[in-house]
Amino acid sequence: MNQSDRLSVLKTYKLYLGGAFPRSESGRVYEVTDSKNRWLANAPLASRKDARDAVVAARKAFGGWSGATAYNRGQILYRVAEMLEGRRDQFTAEVAAAEGLSKAKAAAVVEAAVDRWVWYAGWSDKVAQIAGSANPVAGPYFNLSSPEPTGVVAVLAPQDSSFLGLVSVLAPVIVTGNTAVVVAAEDAPLPALSLAEVLATSDLPGGVVNILSGRTAELATPLAAHQDVNAIDLTGAGAELATDLERAAADNLKRVRRPGPADWAADPGTDRLLAFLETKTVWHPMGV
Amino acid sequence: MPITVPAYGKEAAGRLASMADMTADDGALRRFLHGLPGVDAVGLQARAATLGTRSIKTTAKAYAIDLAISMIDLTTLEGADTPGKVRALCAKALLPDPTDRTAPRVAAVCVYPDMVATAKEALGGSGIQVASVATAFPAGRVALPVKLADTRDAVAAGADEIDMVIDRGAFLSGRYMAVFEEIKAVKEACVRAGGTSQSETGGGSAAHLKVIFETGELQTYDNVRRASWLAMLAGADFIKTSTGKVAVNATPPVTLLMLEAVRDFHESTGVQVGVKPAGGIRTTKDAVKYLVMVNETLGERWLTADWFRFGASSLLNDLLMQRQKLSTGRYSGPDYVTVD
Amino acid sequence: MAFAYAPAPESRAVVDLAPSYGLFIDGEFAEGAGGELRKTVSPATEEVLAEYTQATADDVDRAVRAARKAFGTWSALPGAERAKYLFRIARIIQERSRELAVLETLDNGKPIRESRDADLPLVAAHFFYYAGWADKLDHAGYGADPRPLGVAGQVIPWNFPLLMLAWKIAPALATGNTVVLKPAETTPLSALFFADICRQAGLPKGVVNILTGDGTTGAALVAHPDVNKIAFTGSTEVGKAIARTVAGTDKRVTLELGGKAANIVYDDAPLDQAVEGIVNGIFFNQGHVCCAGSRLLVQESVAEELLASLKRRMGTLRVGDPLDKNTDIGAVNSAEQLARITALADAGEAEGAERWAPACELPTTGYWFAPTLFTGVTQAHRIAREEIFGPVLSVLTFRTPAEAVEKANNTPYGLSAGIWTEKGSRMLWTASKLRAGIVWSNTFNKFDPASPFGGYKESGYGREGGRHGLAAYLAGAEGPTSERGARDGERDR
Repeated sequence: MNQSDRLSVLKTYKLYLGGAFPRSESGRVYEVTDSKNRWLANAPLASRKDARDAVVAARKAFGGWSGATAYNRGQILYRVAEMLEGRRDQFTAEVAAAEGLSKAKAAAVVEAAVDRWVWYAGWSDKVAQIAGSANPVAGPYFNLSSPEPTGVVAVLAPQDSSFLGLVSVLAPVIVTGNTAVVVAAEDAPLPALSLAEVLATSDLPGGVVNILSGRTAELATPLAAHQDVNAIDLTGAGAELATDLERAAADNLKRVRRPGPADWAADPGTDRLLAFLETKTVWHPMGV
Repeated sequence: MPITVPAYGKEAAGRLASMADMTADDGALRRFLHGLPGVDAVGLQARAATLGTRSIKTTAKAYAIDLAISMIDLTTLEGADTPGKVRALCAKALLPDPTDRTAPRVAAVCVYPDMVATAKEALGGSGIQVASVATAFPAGRVALPVKLADTRDAVAAGADEIDMVIDRGAFLSGRYMAVFEEIKAVKEACVRAGGTSQSETGGGSAAHLKVIFETGELQTYDNVRRASWLAMLAGADFIKTSTGKVAVNATPPVTLLMLEAVRDFHESTGVQVGVKPAGGIRTTKDAVKYLVMVNETLGERWLTADWFRFGASSLLNDLLMQRQKLSTGRYSGPDYVTVD
Repeated sequence: MAFAYAPAPESRAVVDLAPSYGLFIDGEFAEGAGGELRKTVSPATEEVLAEYTQATADDVDRAVRAARKAFGTWSALPGAERAKYLFRIARIIQERSRELAVLETLDNGKPIRESRDADLPLVAAHFFYYAGWADKLDHAGYGADPRPLGVAGQVIPWNFPLLMLAWKIAPALATGNTVVLKPAETTPLSALFFADICRQAGLPKGVVNILTGDGTTGAALVAHPDVNKIAFTGSTEVGKAIARTVAGTDKRVTLELGGKAANIVYDDAPLDQAVEGIVNGIFFNQGHVCCAGSRLLVQESVAEELLASLKRRMGTLRVGDPLDKNTDIGAVNSAEQLARITALADAGEAEGAERWAPACELPTTGYWFAPTLFTGVTQAHRIAREEIFGPVLSVLTFRTPAEAVEKANNTPYGLSAGIWTEKGSRMLWTASKLRAGIVWSNTFNKFDPASPFGGYKESGYGREGGRHGLAAYLAGAEGPTSERGARDGERDR
């Protein structure tokens, strides 16, 4: 038997919820195709109940993840980059298929994504030093402002960049101690679902990142309205959907990041890193 | 809350005896004093400052001025004191404002032990008390027998009140029991020959004991609270801030803290103890701030010369000038009050 | 005879009130388009102080156009020049602070002691602080040459009228924005006096515009298409409405909303200072404070002693004429607010909590509420969950630090919290666990222009004060406070 005749083993793509890889509770899947409309896989068509479960998992993970030392979070994120590096070929193939890129271009995108992940990993124990402050108040008080994670962040991953874009929106959310519910690019969810496999093997506690594939509008609507979600990144929503979601998000005053044009290849700066942080200011008297 | 008894009354001793567990030994006393709630310095100072913003005007001011005059321990504690100086001070105590006989008398005249007899003679049966500093005031750095002799000498000369200093060295080095025992011993020494240490009337057979902490040397507010409880447990009739002889004397926050300690001691034992800020209180405005603190911390029961005193000298003339201003509508001047 | 303090009223003569006021648009006072006048009353006496103009949507449009026109030149001014205007304003506020304090007390009902010793010094300090930033923005951490947003629409509440104005206007102007500000309908006067201060300072016309009116004016301002930035302090309910209104627009928003702060007293607290902090936490400004310490969480082992002290202390609070310099608690700001406080306090009683208030004689005219304490409160009671915004303290107990933190965080709000303990490590642990934007440890209700202020969760987003407060008014400066609505590429706009 000729080697080229070997029947390949296909992967069943699954959701990533609370550190586990379940199918959608709805039992639904949808066809994922490449840029030439060739079938790639059946991805789980996550439901609003899956979204709800993801929020529960993210909330459960928040205490531990936000309470971990920044050094520890940095180490874990760097570990993710190491794992990604080892799977470059896999992601290159998936990105090439998803985005219709040549192998070389896809490889460059994957390398950029790995490098971005490394870049963000290093921020874990530095962000407080650029975002915090010692405040010289007019009185005998020690007064310090420090950034803290906002909480559970719903992330609508960009539709136009299934992997580099995803990494660019996800890493800054979790490196500061938030936990995330990610809605993968609707038509190109496979790199995101594969990223879950990397996250699961990188010491990242279960629930810190939860990844859903499916219809962005269907999943984003309950997430935007969810009272236990603290913030939502609307990057992957179109203008009309984004407006509806922003309105729904007002019910519990979620922090909202609106969508806009983005160059995923450009230097990301600190905007996204600083977007999902709260500033806590602590006063204490100084006296004997 | 138990029924109130004066610190110098015989029932007070029984109340203190019920606290004997806390003063059984050095360890127990230390644990008790260190178990008192801490004092946040900034918060205490802020509270004192806020009370200092009370605006006391017209009738309230007139009331406060007369009250303050009646609470003064008119003091001279100089190496250069002479019988003549002390007699002049006593004359002023008896008739603070020769131009206005409605001005109240001060509460006491405070002198060194060797001037007690002179003061006693000058004040006669006026009811103005003679207070004497003792226990090697102001440093207190002599042996206990000398302190006790100093005290007995003043009492024998007729002192109605003894202002003792605590051994700050012992206190700061944590020898609380030594301080406690010393206060108890001095209290015993306040008993007049043939009397007992407790009397019902206050003017009787024992001099009242004021215990001076020299809060400027204790440095921390926590220490002031501990010293307050320690002295009250040892039988102090009054607790007093300062000798007036160091850089930092009475301050509003320290006095407020001592008022709070007195309040808490009264809450738990029913024993009423007096408070005397001393040193650095020179103006009517200052004095009124202290009265506001007493009013809003301890209330009316303490607003008498029996339970609150000012250790001061120049304060009296400022109060008198303000008093003249209130009655005449004109500002007075130093030539219209007497020097002593 | 008791030591009864004689009345010590601050003189009203320093305040010269006009019978009626127009709108301050483009550097001058103008009549409103609708011609409707409203009355503002002294809540202590119900006396009408003055009439003011109800601004209409047309007026909002006029003011926004004036601000837009002024924006070009104002934003182009060197920062050092903008700074000098702000320094001038700060100085004039200091010079006129007695007048402004009396005015604030008249219109708001707060004690003169507070308007004099807290509000006005903080107002001047805020302008001083941000004046100094105007020519140092390159160094603020928001990139080189950060740009202003444009026209800021600012809506402020009635609890600290002039201070909230300062919190809004000072950073906006320092960063080169122009503003249209709407004071609350029950406290419009100090903002109108501020307009006169702008005139005295020679501030270019249109840089600051003041529109008076009710909620409809505010809504029109928020909805105006040519406003780039909304800054709002007020109720969570209105905050949510604003968030809905701006959905899908480019408007940036900061919201400082309600709170239900826990004030945690551990058994090793400095008790006397804790009592003062509790009193200051809930009775400061009649409890009309979004960050008020309205939920007292006291460790069971010290609860009895603390409550006895607290009740004794509450007995010394002096309630009455806000202009009397010895008044601790003044008038409730409005009949409407009094009704809300009364309703919630009644609900507390109806739900089984035990109500206590010291004996205190309240004036017969005006709006008054005695300082009130509820014990036996649980997290399920309305008075433990809803913001009362009045002098009403709900007391709950806890047994362990973990329980204290759990109860403290068990609220949709997250503005402030208090911790009382003498143990440093416990304080820092607790502070790190509390989901609140301001944590006061062994103190409460302290404010400073250098100290960022703002909440977590439904207490709003964005920070006011400090370096962080600049972010709300700079393009691309998506601060560390999840300032809403920044877009990728905004820096290039």
